Amino acid sequence: MPSHDLALLAGTDLASAGEVAESIRRFGDRYLERVFTPGEVADAAGPPAVRTARLAARFAAKEAVIKALDHDGPLDWRSIEVVRTGSGRPEVVLHGPAAEQAARRSVGQLAVSLTHHGDLACAVVVAWGEGRSAGSANPNETTGIELKGA
Amino acid sequence: MMDEEIRRVLAEHGKLAVDASTIGEDDDLYRAGLTSHASINLMLGLEDAFDVEFPQHMLRKKTFESIASISSALRELTSEPAR
Repeated sequence: MPSHDLALLAGTDLASAGEVAESIRRFGDRYLERVFTPGEVADAAGPPAVRTARLAARFAAKEAVIKALDHDGPLDWRSIEVVRTGSGRPEVVLHGPAAEQAARRSVGQLAVSLTHHGDLACAVVVAWGEGRSAGSANPNETTGIELKGA
Repeated sequence: MMDEEIRRVLAEHGKLAVDASTIGEDDDLYRAGLTSHASINLMLGLEDAFDVEFPQHMLRKKTFESIASISSALRELTSEPAR
């Protein structure tokens, strides 16, 4: 009988909107396309200062998820995606390697909160779940995370 | 020299708390002030400087943790294929 591991994990990160603006200035679309999904770029649209702050918050969310999941393997930044629900609240969707790491950590649910003020953007992530031990179940059985195909 | 170019890109994009020209080859760049966001700029700057693209299996913190690890990754990406 597979064992069940209760996970309760947290991660946080602080990012600079100014550094995001500098990256866009220096590397343009290459930077955006390596870090953010098209949906994230679209959700962050707005006046330049607001856009970079929103992108910085999304970057902070990605880093907060990485910390919560204690992931140090190869990772495509876009495999952690911040999406807006119909109510406007942000949610995290994991794809590919990020979703696999969540399964290994027995994580079935993720909650994220974002904020930004001036140059600073912050994200807090809480991850929890009662998943199954590694090797005993399909990671797609975990709930609360939309596990997209790799 | 690859090492000098790596240090130049590190100085330009790494936002380290120390002088990139004096940091040891095996010194931990994250302990020297390299943040996750700065590592993205470092990666993009190295791609420009060496005309390479880091594949996904190299997109991990360990790849950029030291000048030596960066050099090793770049040698792998720029090595000539075996004849």
